[in-house]
Amino acid sequence: MSSQMLTISSSPHVNGEQTTQNIMFGVIIALLPALMVAVIFFGIGAIKVTVAAVATCVLFEYLIQKYMMKSTVAITDGSAALSGLLLAFNLPSNFPIWMVVAGSLVTIGIAKMSFGGLGKNPFNPALVGRVFLLVSFPVHMTNWPVPKWLDFSFADSATGATALSVLKEGLANGQSVGEMQKLMELPSHISLFLGQVGGSLGEVSAVALLLGGIYLLYKEIITWHIPVSFLASVVVISGAFWLFDSQQYADPIFHIVSGGIMLGAIFMATDMVTSPMTPKGQIIFGIGCGLLTVIIRMYGGYPEGVSFAILIMNACVPLIDKMVPAKRFGVK
Amino acid sequence: MKTKTFTMGGIHPADNKLSADKPIEELEIPIEVQIPIAQHIGAPAKPVVKKGDKVKVGTLIAEAGGFISANIHSSVSGTVGIAKEIVGTSGYLEKVISIKVEGDEWEESIIKSDELKKEITLSPDEIQAKVKEAGIVGLGGATFPSHVKFAIPEGCKAEMVLINGVECEPYLTADHRLMLEKGEEILVGTSIAMKALGVDKGVIGIEENKPDAIKHLTKLAENYSGILIQPLKVQYPQGGEKQLIKSITGKEVTAGALPIHYGLAVFNVGTIFAVYEAVQKNKPLIDRIVTVTGKNVSKPSNYKVRIGTPLKELIEKAGGVPENTAKIVSGGPMMGKALTSTEIPATKGTSGVLLFSEKDTKRADETACIRCGKCSTVCCLGLQPFLFAALVRKRNWEKLEEAHVMDCLECGSCSYTCPANLPLVDLIKLGKIEIKKLREARKK
Repeated sequence: MSSQMLTISSSPHVNGEQTTQNIMFGVIIALLPALMVAVIFFGIGAIKVTVAAVATCVLFEYLIQKYMMKSTVAITDGSAALSGLLLAFNLPSNFPIWMVVAGSLVTIGIAKMSFGGLGKNPFNPALVGRVFLLVSFPVHMTNWPVPKWLDFSFADSATGATALSVLKEGLANGQSVGEMQKLMELPSHISLFLGQVGGSLGEVSAVALLLGGIYLLYKEIITWHIPVSFLASVVVISGAFWLFDSQQYADPIFHIVSGGIMLGAIFMATDMVTSPMTPKGQIIFGIGCGLLTVIIRMYGGYPEGVSFAILIMNACVPLIDKMVPAKRFGVK
Repeated sequence: MKTKTFTMGGIHPADNKLSADKPIEELEIPIEVQIPIAQHIGAPAKPVVKKGDKVKVGTLIAEAGGFISANIHSSVSGTVGIAKEIVGTSGYLEKVISIKVEGDEWEESIIKSDELKKEITLSPDEIQAKVKEAGIVGLGGATFPSHVKFAIPEGCKAEMVLINGVECEPYLTADHRLMLEKGEEILVGTSIAMKALGVDKGVIGIEENKPDAIKHLTKLAENYSGILIQPLKVQYPQGGEKQLIKSITGKEVTAGALPIHYGLAVFNVGTIFAVYEAVQKNKPLIDRIVTVTGKNVSKPSNYKVRIGTPLKELIEKAGGVPENTAKIVSGGPMMGKALTSTEIPATKGTSGVLLFSEKDTKRADETACIRCGKCSTVCCLGLQPFLFAALVRKRNWEKLEEAHVMDCLECGSCSYTCPANLPLVDLIKLGKIEIKKLREARKK
C-alpha cells in the first residue's frame, strides 16, 4: 500500500471519550432536577427567565465570536448555554426580562469574551452577571416570589424575603433565632431542604442540587474536593458560632440548606476554568469560599455571601496554583 | 497474592486484547531481511560484514559501538547485500544490512532444541558477558542494552530483580502469550538474572487482565526458590518502569536516578526469555514475538519473527491490510510509532503492528483548554502537561525546562484524557527536542 494513504502522527493513537461538549452538557443535565423544582414552585416565571438567559447568552456568544473576534463560532460546545442556565438560577423568577438580557451581556460579553473566551476568564461568568445585576438592580434582585405549588398563571405572584434576609433583619431588630423560629418567620429545615422557600429560582432546593452533584461525581466531571471542603468549612465555622451563642447565630444545617450555598458549592465554585488545578489547591479554595460566605452572612452588608465569596476566591486561584503545585513523582 | 498498584495518575483505556488466545506461530523466513544497525538506545553498532559475505543464523554482523550499545546478529543464513539506507520505524533514514536468504543454516554453537534447561552453570560474570555477546536489549519497547543492567555501578547493591509481565499497552499480547507458552523458561531466565546480580529475590509483576498467566506462573514458581508472582491492578501505565517499581516495592525512583540506585533491576518478560536463550542455548537475539492486530484485521495473531523481516509479511499472514486502514503503528497504541510504509523491517523493539481504521484513531479538532486539570490528574509523574503545552507554544524553552518537562515519559495519558483534544504529547516531544538543543549549546 502506498505511503500517501497512511496517517503519520505522534502517539497516543487512541483517545478517551470525554470532550468539552459532553462535560458542559453533563453539567446542564445535572442542573435539570433543580430546574424542575423551580418550575414546580415558581411556575411560568422560572421558565421565562431561564429561556431568556440561555437564549441571550448563546446569542451574545455567537455575535461576539462571529463579528467582533472573527473567530470560529463555538456555541455548540455548550459553555454559553451553561453560563446562561447558571445565571438564570441566580435570579428571582419574577425578574424583568430586559434585565436578564443585560445580565447575559455582562456574563458573556464582559466576564467571558473580553478575556478571550472559554478557558481564559478569571471569574465565573454567571456570578459576575449576577453580582452586576445585584448592585445595579438591588430591589428587583431581592424581591422574591413566594413559592406556590404548580401555579402556571401569568398573574403577578406575592413576593417575600429569603430565609437569610429574614434572619439578618430579625437579628438587626433585636430578635433572637429562637424567637424567629417560634413565630414561624424562618422556614423549617425541611422546607429549605426541599426548596419550598423564597430565593433565586435555581438555588432553593438543596435536595435537587445534591442529586445533580451526585451525577457530576458519578460522571467524573467534578471531584469531591471543592464541594466537600466548601460545605464542611461552612458547617464547622457556623457551627462554632452557633455553639457559642445559639440565639444570635443560626445553626449550621440552616446555613448549608439556605441561600445559594448548595448551588455555589456544587456548580459554581467547581467551574474548572476558575478553580485551582490540584486537589490540595481545590481544598484551600473550598475552605476559603466557605469562610468568606459565613463571614459575609454574619457581618457583611448583604444577607447572602456565596457569590462574593466565590468571586474573591476566583481571584486567588493563580496564587493558590502557584503555592500548591502538583506533587511530582519521586520528590519528597 | 494481594493486588498492588501505583498511586499517582493513570488511566483505563479499553484493552482490546484481540489476540490474547492466539498461540505464538512461527512466521516463514522471508526472501530477504533488512537489519538496521541502530535498533537500541545508545551508539549504533558497527558493521563487521561486507557485500558478498556468507552468513549463518546467529553470525555477528555488527558489533556494539560502545558500552551502551548492542551487538547485532544475522537472523537468517545467506549472502550480505550492499549497504543502504531505508526509512525505518523512526521515520528517519536508517542504515541497514540486507541479507538475501539461502536456506536456514545456523551457527553450530547454538542449541536449536526446545528442551528446557534448568541448571545454571555459568558464573555471574560469564552470564553478563553472554548477555552482551547475544546483543540483548529491552524488548518491552525501550530497547535499552540489557548487559548494562548487569554491570552494577560502584556504591550500589542489587537487592531484587523485577520482571515486567504487565503489558499495559492496549492490543498487545506478545508478552502474555510468552508467559503462557514459555513460563518455565521465563522462571529460569529470572533465576539467571538473580544469580548474575547476586540476589535471592525476584518478583514477576502481571496485570490482572491476564489471570491465566498469573495462575500458570504462580504454579510453576513453586519449584523456583525466591520467585514471587505479583498480580497488579489494570491501570495504564502499570508497565512503566517507575510505576512497576512503585507498585511492587513502594519505592519512587527520582528523575535522573536509575532503579539500581534503589537496589533494583527490571527486565521485561520477553527480555528475560532472550536471556534464558542466550545463557542456556547460546542463542543470540535474532527473533522476537510480535502481535499483529486491529479491529478490522481478519486474523489477529502473535508471531515469532526473525529480526529484519518486512512488516508486510506479518500483515499478509494476518489477513492483509484491511480496506479502511488509515494508520499503521509499530508498538502499542499509547506509545507506538506511526509507520510510513509496510516495507519497514521488524526490529528488536517491535512489540506489535497495529492496523487502525480512521474511526479507531481519529483525532478530534482542538478546542480551548478549559483548565480542567485532568491532564495533570492522570499524569503518572505528577507533571503539568497543560503548562508544557502553553510554554511550547510561547517557545519559552527555559521555563519549560524548569517545569521538568524532561521527566515526562510520554506515556500519552494526558493526550488520551484531554477533553479539549490538545495535542499535549506532540507539543511535549517538540519541547524536549528544543531543550536538548539548548543543552547541547550550553555545553559548547
